[in-house]
Amino acid sequence: MEKNDAKKKLKLKVSAIKDGTVIDHIPAKSLFEVISILGLDTIKNQITFGTNLESSKLGAKAIIKVSDKFFENDEINKIALIAPHAKLNIIRDYEVAEKKIVEIPEKITGIVKCFNPKCITNNEKITTSFKVINTSPVALKCKYCEKITAENQIKML
Amino acid sequence: MKKDLISITDFSKEEYLRIMELAADFEANPNQELLKGKVVASLFFEPSTRTRLSFETAINRLGGRIVGFADPDSSSATKGETLHDTIKMVSNYADLIVMRHPLEGAARYAAEVSSVPIINAGDGANQHPTQTLLDMYSILKTQGTLDNLNLFMVGDLKFGRTVHSLLQAMSEFENPIFNFIAPESLQMPRGYKHHLEERGIRYFEHEEFTDIISEADIIYMTRVQKERFSDPIEYEKVKDVYILNKAMLENTKPNVRVLHPLPRVNEIATDVDSSEKAYYFEQALNGVFTREAIISHVMNLK
Repeated sequence: MEKNDAKKKLKLKVSAIKDGTVIDHIPAKSLFEVISILGLDTIKNQITFGTNLESSKLGAKAIIKVSDKFFENDEINKIALIAPHAKLNIIRDYEVAEKKIVEIPEKITGIVKCFNPKCITNNEKITTSFKVINTSPVALKCKYCEKITAENQIKML
Repeated sequence: MKKDLISITDFSKEEYLRIMELAADFEANPNQELLKGKVVASLFFEPSTRTRLSFETAINRLGGRIVGFADPDSSSATKGETLHDTIKMVSNYADLIVMRHPLEGAARYAAEVSSVPIINAGDGANQHPTQTLLDMYSILKTQGTLDNLNLFMVGDLKFGRTVHSLLQAMSEFENPIFNFIAPESLQMPRGYKHHLEERGIRYFEHEEFTDIISEADIIYMTRVQKERFSDPIEYEKVKDVYILNKAMLENTKPNVRVLHPLPRVNEIATDVDSSEKAYYFEQALNGVFTREAIISHVMNLK
């Protein structure tokens, strides 16, 4: 009991944002990719993050807290490929106002590289585009070369 | 909205049949000046004499004029111009672009950039839809139907884009049966078999090239292409495995026809050429009529 209280206190110290979004349950290894995909490395908002935190589900998880930022679904779903279990807490006036989970969108534009070296997108400056033909495991069909990039072949741009 | 032909699956079954109808019309009357006063760009970023001559004959028979290049060494691509810029420029000049490119997806991208219709004359190992339509026209002409046919595909079924597209197109018709004859390393990819399973279409796989072809209506032969192999030893192992000779056709059905996208190397013995069941040279001629039909269709000329 005492231990739990202590933990809670510790957590509160870093999690106290007034308004904004907390993204939890990010696999620790994907933290920096998530930051980059969401463009958090280029915005002026206050951001705190923690990584290599204990998680029974993910082994090591990461958490990101962004003040005064509320993501559109389209925007946040971009991270679904690398953080499929991510959960969002929308904070308003220190309270959790809403919870969201990420969903793999039907179409992925940009973000992912086509695995086919002979694809035009790997040879000329073109935004990649994929149709998600399966979500578990993820399979992405390239709009251009029509080849399928499997989950274990996914590389971020 | 402009109409392009990039992948065989861009067209519906109705459009396939419309192309067949137009091709028959052009076969009966090949010289129709529907492209008079129009300029067609023929951009071959990769040489392909056969496909280019077929297209350019079709354009000439339609009375159109041709600009373009036959191989990349004489194009601005050697100066480092991007595909984007080449297509932007050419689509300002021409009324239609026919293009062949070594990279997969190049035609789809060109269609996005271009303000005029694009016909894909082959993009790497991806698609070659005009070949598929001429194959279908050849099948229709020799069998009188595209329904209820037993199609044998032989050779390189793994990398052969012509068999993949033909499979997709023919699966739109009634009750086809597919038989795949290939060595283990060159079998029909899982995705295409799945495509058939989803539609409840029967298919059978064989490694032996034997008298099972006695049931065939169409025997579609393919070349095992050296350039598709990263390992030359693997190529040597399979290159001479599936050779069709005249004796093998003895017990086949009278209506069976042997198709091949050409060029052949040794996979059809020359003694087959004199058989009435050989159809690959007529098939090539059908390409001109089919391409006249495709051009007319995408440009709404007929």
